[in-house]
Amino acid sequence: MLKQTPLNSIHRALGAKLVEFGGWEMPVQYQGIIDEHLAVRRTAGLFDVSHMGEIAVDGPKALDYIQLLTINDAAALSDGQVQYTAMCYPDGGVVDDMTLYRFGPERFLFCVNASNIDKDFAWMLQILKESGLADVELRNLSPDYGQIALQGPSSAAILAGLTSENFKEIDYYHFKEGPVAGIPTIISRTGYTGEDGFELYVPTAKTADLWDALMQTGKKQGLVPAGLGCRDTLRLEKKYALYGHEISADISPLEGGLAWITKLQKPDFVGRKALVRQKENGVPRRLACLILEEPGVPRQGYPVFSQEHHIGEVTSGTMSPSLKKGIALALIKKDSAVIGDGVQIGIRDKKRVARIIKPPFYPPAT
Amino acid sequence: MEIPEELKFTEDHEWVLVEDDIVTVGITDFAQESLGDIVFVELPNVGAKVDAGKAFGVVESVKAVSDVYAPISGQVVEINEELPDAPEVINTSPYEDGWMVKIKVEDLADLDDLMDANAYQEFLENED
Repeated sequence: MLKQTPLNSIHRALGAKLVEFGGWEMPVQYQGIIDEHLAVRRTAGLFDVSHMGEIAVDGPKALDYIQLLTINDAAALSDGQVQYTAMCYPDGGVVDDMTLYRFGPERFLFCVNASNIDKDFAWMLQILKESGLADVELRNLSPDYGQIALQGPSSAAILAGLTSENFKEIDYYHFKEGPVAGIPTIISRTGYTGEDGFELYVPTAKTADLWDALMQTGKKQGLVPAGLGCRDTLRLEKKYALYGHEISADISPLEGGLAWITKLQKPDFVGRKALVRQKENGVPRRLACLILEEPGVPRQGYPVFSQEHHIGEVTSGTMSPSLKKGIALALIKKDSAVIGDGVQIGIRDKKRVARIIKPPFYPPAT
Repeated sequence: MEIPEELKFTEDHEWVLVEDDIVTVGITDFAQESLGDIVFVELPNVGAKVDAGKAFGVVESVKAVSDVYAPISGQVVEINEELPDAPEVINTSPYEDGWMVKIKVEDLADLDDLMDANAYQEFLENED
């Protein structure tokens, strides 16, 4: 039995195409992935991301615990700030990537991937137990929160009609708590599309009310419901990692393009030794951005070649709605190719020419 | 869901227009709707031999790759040259501008295995 978000009946009424995603029944599209993608780039799209998990960490030793658990430097966070981070296994493989919210010196909240909630919570409990730290409380609050992502250049104008909070003061990767359409909300200036926008955390029972209020206000400003299909193409154009594709238990953050959040100089954290060793020995694979120079659509698992040598695999691929070209993220062997090089992607029985570019795919370099 | 009366249909959601021993083949309205935005089409070369039930081409939407199966055995005599540059035509006009190939049929009796519009309608209703 698939889990349903509090917006399930709204999706059905909108005629969404519903699919299974991480154990949840989620809308993959409403009008069409390309239209929704372009709406988010040009105006705004509204996403149901209520399937995402929320895990609270509280207590006097909460920060010490989070420093041990995660690879980014949580000590750098101030109140009201968000950090993109991840947690690793001792061998350097990734348990999950997540955002971390600091409400206060002893009060934090993680937002984790839907399909990993149970695994993550069990892992967090295990690390807490092994750490011997007292005075840390972990709570899986996922059932308590719905989440709606308002994404696109018109997002701020749309939200302005529904709240007295001066969220214009909320910088990127910061958040505030306040009412939106009268509903208590965590207003977070974050997202997974590369556009300005907000992720709004609300009590589960109020999620549908917030959706309706946003949709009603936003419609005039070009707001459309947007499904997981375009969430994927939007993040891919920005080279944002997706768990199970660019990062996983078998792919380290150094390989999967997350070196920038891997703070090896930080005091000990789970996976640090393995990651330091990997860096010293030379990271075996790295994530590359490929644009197809012929017609075709790269997909996860397709092989990548350089001068007839097999150098890696596509981790995510699609037809970029913005560029109208096939694009791919690929894990390739170190030193096998650099930005600007031509490579080939094996698509069915043919090798198609692609070029390694400097990220992101969108906006394209001029 | 549009299901033109004059066409025949396969269980893989291809449609067939029969004109003497030449059949025109495409994918149905149901198929394009299920796939979503079609962004890539791969067609066989003119002259290629196709076998009933075997894949002869590929359509890809943003999310998925889907084989297109030959409804009947024969030889490809014409392909829709417009499609590779405008695959979205399959979404907007699956039964007309979105046609894919024309096949010269080996054995016209094979056409008896295909469904008429009523049978395909019923097939779709039972598939859900």
